[in-house]
Amino acid sequence: MVFDVLVVGGGNAALCAALMAREAGASVLMLEAAPREWRGGNSMHTRNLRCMHDAPQDVLTDTYSEEEFWQDLLKVTGGQTNEALARLTIRHSGTCRDWMRKHGVHFQPSLSGTLHLSRTNAFFMGGGKALVNAYYRSAELLGVQIRYNAPADRIELDGDRFLAAHIGNERIVAKTCVLASGGFESNREWLREAWGQNDAGEWPADNFLIRGTRFNQGVLLKDMMNAGADMIGDPSQSHCVAIDARAPLYDGGIVTRIDCVSLGIVVNKNAERFYDEGEDFWPKRYAIWGRLVAQQPGQIGYSIIDAKAIGRFMPPVFPGTQADTLEALAGKLGLDAEKFTSTVRAFNAACQPGAFDHTTLDNCVTSGLTPAKTHWARPIDTPPYYGYAVRPGVTFTYLGLKTDENAAVHFGGKPSSNLFVAGEMMAGNVLGKGYTAGVGMSIGTAFGRIAGTSAARTVQQLERVGG
Amino acid sequence: MASKIIPIKNLTPATHSAEAEVARQLQICNACRYCEGFCAVFPAMTRRLEFGHADVHYLANLCHNCGACLHACQYAPPHEFAVNVPKAMATVRAKTYQDFAWPTALGGLYKKNGLTLAVALAVGLGLFLLLASVLHSGASSASLNGNFYSVFPHNLMVSMFAPVFLFVALALGIGVTRFWRMSPPGPITPTAASEAACDAARLKYLDGGHGEGCHNEDDAHTLWRRRFHHFTFYGFLLCFAATSVATIYHYALGWVAPYAYSSVPKLLGIAGGIGLIVGPVGLFWLNLRRHPEHGDSAQRPMDRGFIALLFLVSATGLVLMLFKQTGALPTLLSIHLGAVMALFLTMPYGKFAHGFYRVAALLKYAIERRQPSNLQLKGD
Repeated sequence: MVFDVLVVGGGNAALCAALMAREAGASVLMLEAAPREWRGGNSMHTRNLRCMHDAPQDVLTDTYSEEEFWQDLLKVTGGQTNEALARLTIRHSGTCRDWMRKHGVHFQPSLSGTLHLSRTNAFFMGGGKALVNAYYRSAELLGVQIRYNAPADRIELDGDRFLAAHIGNERIVAKTCVLASGGFESNREWLREAWGQNDAGEWPADNFLIRGTRFNQGVLLKDMMNAGADMIGDPSQSHCVAIDARAPLYDGGIVTRIDCVSLGIVVNKNAERFYDEGEDFWPKRYAIWGRLVAQQPGQIGYSIIDAKAIGRFMPPVFPGTQADTLEALAGKLGLDAEKFTSTVRAFNAACQPGAFDHTTLDNCVTSGLTPAKTHWARPIDTPPYYGYAVRPGVTFTYLGLKTDENAAVHFGGKPSSNLFVAGEMMAGNVLGKGYTAGVGMSIGTAFGRIAGTSAARTVQQLERVGG
Repeated sequence: MASKIIPIKNLTPATHSAEAEVARQLQICNACRYCEGFCAVFPAMTRRLEFGHADVHYLANLCHNCGACLHACQYAPPHEFAVNVPKAMATVRAKTYQDFAWPTALGGLYKKNGLTLAVALAVGLGLFLLLASVLHSGASSASLNGNFYSVFPHNLMVSMFAPVFLFVALALGIGVTRFWRMSPPGPITPTAASEAACDAARLKYLDGGHGEGCHNEDDAHTLWRRRFHHFTFYGFLLCFAATSVATIYHYALGWVAPYAYSSVPKLLGIAGGIGLIVGPVGLFWLNLRRHPEHGDSAQRPMDRGFIALLFLVSATGLVLMLFKQTGALPTLLSIHLGAVMALFLTMPYGKFAHGFYRVAALLKYAIERRQPSNLQLKGD
């Protein structure tokens, strides 16, 4: 059978596309590269959707206007965004939740420890995997055909027109296609090539951990690039945060983050500090620490706190290395004890008296220390001491396919008539740099739904012409 | 596809004690918290940074084994973190029932629950059948006239069941008191008590947090587990109420059984008996279809044994009511009383105990969630 719409991918954007196309009457086949138990790509690690709203809604407090959302996006991307597509995403985020509920997604108020997101982000009850499960259930009920263990490796084109997708020797023909198979962040060779070699002769990407799925190998991204599709985003850029060095190589997800950086100091493997740990609130700074650690020798850092910090940050997934003296902690972390204690002593001596308050940008600062710590600087002097080794953890890559308000893939500046793109594979159009919580799901939901609608509409047009 | 996929290695191997395994998993959950909206376990978890013995037993009994957090879990097997909270909690609950049982030596009966039930049933049936044959060899159905007391005199039944009932109440009371005293949350307030009572009576935590229900065979929601549990629980309560009213009739009002079909004890008993047939049949059917990773599958035979015994009690009760005018009365009555006796004998050492520990956990949660948290996490 020749399907009307072939959806390549199995995460949020792919599911939104498949559901919309099916609801519009198209026959739909989905190809998920992963086996069933790993389905959903990075969506299974997500937890919320950034939503504009002009009045308080069920789980969202206050208001979050289109303009404010746009300004937030402009700020985090430093202008690397397409305003028309960004505003399309934002407006979509204000109206898509009833449709999501219809397909079984439940929302809940912001989780404990995330009160700062209660105005802007609608949380999925149970997180992204619950959302993915709901969408798959709904898709099955509506008659979407789903194949697992089906990693498409090549798209066959006739000029800018989609003909078929290939899985090895199998050729799958369809009238239209939506590509939603993610970025390339799990492809270690590609990351290595993109990050290159540093002055010390190291390949930094070899020490990166991947926070999400192991199935985002970027196979079709590369295939489309080779086929001459218009691209967007810098291949050497990725969203990279500092995570627990003991995290698994893939799928560590949210729990591997280390939230105590701003409550103590961070040293590199030479036991030296290298950046202002108290520059701003941690939710606003966590995303720069991946790159900071990537620039350190061995791509490793050590977040050090004392007993005063316990209970003031989200509990980490693995227990910290604990010791009653700084010397012993250095020994356990494999740091030079003398160097480490002198770094801590210098920091402690530089801490100025102030009124510590980790809920405000307080006045606890260091004096005469380089780099300075500009908030929450308190001497590390109360045992037991704790250390957490951190490594760069890649969340996603920014390289993608250039697209428009119909989610069409472009070749030489012209839209394809039957090939569309959604999700991480095109997020770079809206989010060329940086990140703000929940925006990936806003983009994936908006463009997944648009791509599914566009594909179904194309099928209808073909039928009219044919009939 | 050129790029190789790096295999999973086990970073956090499953630890050996059931309590340590729960603590390991909750350390992961506490860093994630996506499941906070499902039930009380996760909000209770976020009030803690460490999970000692008392915390683990409390949280395990707060868990209703609804399955929502397993299906939603990004760290569930085959992830190397191998998080399966319902299973880890169920394994600890089995230890709660054993460790807090009184007398302690009898706690081990839960471990051999199938054998315990079988022996109790055999003892109950044997006892009453033997008694019936001794007391009534050759009696005709006419002489019995549908009257139970003509088979077993009232005082004889009271002298057999009253001590057993009092012992059950004492044993369960001591067990739950021990459980409570392990880490008392503070004074019981009327608001907390009524909230806990409502949560228990409604089986609030089988609603999935969104009202669409819990899970049974897969990630779809169902309200049938909750409904069949309601049939079972309220059926049992109605039967209990029937007996209580009859006791008042007998001792306070001097109205001696048998009672008419339209009497209060009869109406309560019939309604309860039907509930106690519909509920266990439904629960048994759901239990057979249950997802293999829900809860501790080693305990399923015990669950089914308990469900079957409840069914036996209600079914024999209704059959007895219908055929009490026949010559089968002594046999039917003996079977029914034997099943009831087996149920009572095993109550403190079987699945029945779960209700008491769970209500205690719900009450503890209702009290502690009204107290300020001593953690000051950023962002709150």
